Amino acid sequence: MSAQLLQTLLGGLTIGAIYALVALGFSIIYNASRVINFAQGEFVMLGGMATVWLAAASWPLPLAGLAAVLLAAGAGLALARFAVAPARGASVVTLIIITIGASILLRGLAALVWDKKIHPLPPFSGEAPILVGGAALLPQSLWVLGVTLLVVLLLSGFFARTLTGKALLATSHNRLAAQLAGISVQRVLLASFALSAALGALAGILVAPITFTSWDVGVMLGLKGFAAAILGGLGSGPGAVLGGLALGMIEALGAGYVSSAYKDAIAFVIILAVLVFMPGGLLGKRSTDRV
Amino acid sequence: MPRPGGLAALALVVVLLPLALPNNYTYEVAILVGLNAIVCVGLNLLIGYAGQISLGHAGFFGLGAYGSAILTARYGWPPLGALAASLGAVGLLAWVVGRPILRLQGHYLAMATLGLGIIVSIVLVTEDRLTGGPDGMSVPPLGAFGWTLAGEKAWYWTVGALLLAAVWLARNLIDSPRGRALRALHGSEVAAEVIGIDSARHKLGVFVLSAMFAAAAGALTAHYAGFITPSKAAFLHSIELVTMVVFGGMASTFGAVVGAAVLTTLPQFLTVLKDYEMMVFGAVMILTMVFMPRGLVPTLEQALAAQR
Repeated sequence: MSAQLLQTLLGGLTIGAIYALVALGFSIIYNASRVINFAQGEFVMLGGMATVWLAAASWPLPLAGLAAVLLAAGAGLALARFAVAPARGASVVTLIIITIGASILLRGLAALVWDKKIHPLPPFSGEAPILVGGAALLPQSLWVLGVTLLVVLLLSGFFARTLTGKALLATSHNRLAAQLAGISVQRVLLASFALSAALGALAGILVAPITFTSWDVGVMLGLKGFAAAILGGLGSGPGAVLGGLALGMIEALGAGYVSSAYKDAIAFVIILAVLVFMPGGLLGKRSTDRV
Repeated sequence: MPRPGGLAALALVVVLLPLALPNNYTYEVAILVGLNAIVCVGLNLLIGYAGQISLGHAGFFGLGAYGSAILTARYGWPPLGALAASLGAVGLLAWVVGRPILRLQGHYLAMATLGLGIIVSIVLVTEDRLTGGPDGMSVPPLGAFGWTLAGEKAWYWTVGALLLAAVWLARNLIDSPRGRALRALHGSEVAAEVIGIDSARHKLGVFVLSAMFAAAAGALTAHYAGFITPSKAAFLHSIELVTMVVFGGMASTFGAVVGAAVLTTLPQFLTVLKDYEMMVFGAVMILTMVFMPRGLVPTLEQALAAQR
């Protein structure tokens, strides 16, 4: 394999891991409430920007990152509690507009509290690229891939073994039955938003040293994460991861070998193709409608 | 419900409004309201009556605008011909992409239209030889046979007349068998098909019509402003349009006009708040959807009916 191809693939895998984290956030919320959270990208932004801000206030980086994740989780809780929960049972369009309104609100808040400049975050363990078969790999990429893998493993453990995780899964399968079994759907909603926000924020912190962060970095990341979730199959955890990685790599290959100007369009062309030919995505459940 | 008085009331508003407009700036806002209202009337047919979603209608708006702009500015076409060609091209595009994607429902349709809108927006920015790139391009004014449409007042009457025509067209469609078919398939697509309504054809028809409304408004905006930028095709603009429709009231043509009016003029007031503008806009979107999910006009109608 040529060094350039390997480098492209590694880069694609890295950004794909980020898309996977964002897509997981979408899937978790969708599973718990059938809501598409268009503000997911803003949680990514919050993670990166809050960390930069706290680090600039001389907080040690790990502590800043943790605080940023908690902040984002809090924002997710607030979004769920004050914007989504009151609109339970509203139509798809209404819920979409609510979450989009929330994303605009969060972006406006970020621009106000911080600024509209682009901010770098120092890489976690230096900038010297590691040579792998002739390709240059950033140490930060290893962090991204490693942490994403850890998170995915922890999440599968969470869903399979903890009561909260099982409650979330149960709600995603059948809300009414879950309620009858004593699961508080309201709490599930809040937990899913908090968890997804934390995932998004983590993604934002991991990728900030590579792509930098700014007040509106969440827009494209959120949309591409959503595209990845659909590619993998909306509502499927493994699908989200697979979709994210696939999208990242296809995007990198497309940008490297086809056209770098249209890099952003690639994700959406893929999405259109998936939706037209395979709406369930790669791993999605085939849904049936009751008449 | 057919309300013949509604169109007359709107006509009255259009005719009398200039008495309340003190200067050119307010005329400009009124013209923008009218142009947005034309898009919203079409979009409302799609979202409110046919029950579909489009998060990418700004793409059609942008294509209509750039189509007319490029044909007149780069190829020297006569403006009316360019406008018609642009409308036709967008209609054709909507027909071609609408057929596969309108099979989708709910979130999937939302995502497909969103993807479409974003692809259009990216193409408009990237093909800068033709479109002038992110900085946009200038557009010759609209005119025919040696006479040019210029000046706020002339544009106001033109847009006002076109808005009335659009509303008339929409209302006629809604009150026709086709419109009833649309409402039936909004209620339940399966049930509509059972009684023989070709849902795919109807959905496609209203999708194409709403795309052409958007394209027409886009082309007019380009010629009016004398300038067009790709931001007009951006995702944010698509969201603004959907918000106008939903805020004003889905399944209400006049609601669409009201929604366009309120949400076009709101930022004018919000510029006072400067840095808080985005936050307030987002908050307004959330609050209206939480407390008035059916939209402004139906909620008011309901409140009035309850008082009787």
